[in-house]
Amino acid sequence: MPVKNKKLNLKDKYQYLTRDMAWEPTYQKKEDIFPNESFEGIKITDWSQWEDPFRLTMDAYWKYQAEKEKKLYAIFDAFAQNNGHQNISDARYVNALKLFLSGVSPLEHAAFQGYARVGRDFSGAGARVACQMQAIDELRHSQTQQHAMSHYNKHFNGLHDAAHMHDRVWFLSVPKSFFDDARSAGPFEFLTAISFSFEYVLTNLLFVPFMSGAAYNGDMATVTFGFSAQSDEARHMTLGLEVIKFILEQHEDNVPIVQRWIDKWFWRGFRMLSLVGMMMDYMLPNRVMSWAEAWEVYYEQNGGALFKDLERYGIRPPKYQDIANDAKHHISHQAWSTFYQYGHATNFHTWMPEKDELDWLSEKYPETFDKYYRPRFEYWAREHAEGRRFYNNTLPQLCQVCQIPTIFTEKDDPTVLSHRQIVHEGERYHFCSDGCCDIFKNEPEKYVQAWLPVHQIYQGNCEGGDVETVVSKYYHINIGQDNFEYIGSPDHKRWLSIKGKQTGDKESSSSQDAA
Amino acid sequence: MSVNALYDYKFEPKDKVENFNGMQLLYVYWPHHLMYCSPFAFLVGPDMTFGAMVEEVLKPAVAAHPDAAKADFLGAEWQLNGEAFTPDPNATLKDSGIDHKSMLTVTTKGLDGIAGTAS
Repeated sequence: MPVKNKKLNLKDKYQYLTRDMAWEPTYQKKEDIFPNESFEGIKITDWSQWEDPFRLTMDAYWKYQAEKEKKLYAIFDAFAQNNGHQNISDARYVNALKLFLSGVSPLEHAAFQGYARVGRDFSGAGARVACQMQAIDELRHSQTQQHAMSHYNKHFNGLHDAAHMHDRVWFLSVPKSFFDDARSAGPFEFLTAISFSFEYVLTNLLFVPFMSGAAYNGDMATVTFGFSAQSDEARHMTLGLEVIKFILEQHEDNVPIVQRWIDKWFWRGFRMLSLVGMMMDYMLPNRVMSWAEAWEVYYEQNGGALFKDLERYGIRPPKYQDIANDAKHHISHQAWSTFYQYGHATNFHTWMPEKDELDWLSEKYPETFDKYYRPRFEYWAREHAEGRRFYNNTLPQLCQVCQIPTIFTEKDDPTVLSHRQIVHEGERYHFCSDGCCDIFKNEPEKYVQAWLPVHQIYQGNCEGGDVETVVSKYYHINIGQDNFEYIGSPDHKRWLSIKGKQTGDKESSSSQDAA
Repeated sequence: MSVNALYDYKFEPKDKVENFNGMQLLYVYWPHHLMYCSPFAFLVGPDMTFGAMVEEVLKPAVAAHPDAAKADFLGAEWQLNGEAFTPDPNATLKDSGIDHKSMLTVTTKGLDGIAGTAS
């Protein structure tokens, strides 16, 4: 008998190492082995129809990723040795990294945990392998992001305790609760939420702004991370689309369930992206594009084509998409206003845009900026110049679902807040919008438990009753170093000395009123 | 609708009034003054009078706004949880029907924020 070729070809290897790793159980019932697969109501009739988007075996995965990371870490080393932080556009840029490190990198870790768990929940081997690979990707991204940005921690404030802050700081409960909501859902909802609604529909609005922002502002370390993660992100997006098509093709009863999840997770994702919008329009000294332009390209055009494609499955575009499309003219300004006035409770600095930056905003937002926002910002700039830098000393009302302060305005009247209130089982609940209110009404038992930072402070669960104690003791924000106005901050002074400039009069007077 | 779960999914609301040590939450929204990004969340005693709430809680919170000095809050138009409401400055919050997590909206006609932009 001839000896068979010892080396497997790729196709065989793939088959052996993925699909053939599964087996039909004989002495246990399948539903006992996979108890979470059916309670959401999703019906899967034939797992073998699953198309594997990753087409990778573990051995190939390790080899490929190891090569990528060897190159990535060589660049991190070169960046650190050459004091790369001195070549960025302006130290204000570093505040975008502080937001990323405390707001986004912990989500990569949460995604790792989420995929590791749901990978166990599916009886289909193809889906399990895909989740396993993505879990490892997410863990790597969380680590490589921290390594990419760790150099900045040696030279700037506010980067020292991102994971701790993620669990506690008021605005970081926005991204945290988003992922906690997804991770505490069933496995199919998790995939719809993260793989489809987030990774496929909205991820370009997170990664392109941050990574292009890094490129435009001379941050070689972060942009190199972005390139390194690109091939992974492409796989994640493929999985996102595969997941949704697979579920929809399996059974028509799945359509209304998936539609409700798409409505929910589009809205939750859109709300969370307010943070990215303000980063793009306000925190990048060299701007890439406006939030409104990014939304038009990555949601209205790309998303529009996607939902047209999904029409044949009976899926319509997400509910309240019209509100989100209109809000592109407003949310970045509303979010920056919020962070500016609560800049005493943030792990990054805030500031008012310079005149040329205000002009850029007026040009990019011709319908709204001059009419609703520019006078407010100019008033604040004048107040600051006169030694009265504005801080809001009262805590804000928060939305029960997205946990953002209820700052958003009505589509038809941007002078009025789009506040909603309901009574559920004798308790009052407040929301920023119909979108969030609907999410609550669909699953009230989940959101009555929301850990709202403002309410937790008032209940006395955050190590103190006053903002200063909460910020320093509970959040680990170093008062006078990490928070307050950028102008006159230690970061600003350090940057001026790197650039060989003196601290001017304006700076030193405003640092006093910040302290 | 309710949560789809594998077990009887029922939890206590996290923000019941009992958790606030005798105090309660009160939200106040001053329309057309979006310099304050959202309604305020105050921690108040149920036995505080409405007048004291305006003097000791609301006024300090809005003091930095250029319209604040011009605002006649007690004579303004009030809503409680979306319904028309006539405040009695001497009545306590409790006796005024202002319960935990209620929201008051106070509209000061003629004051429309910084440069009339509702800011």
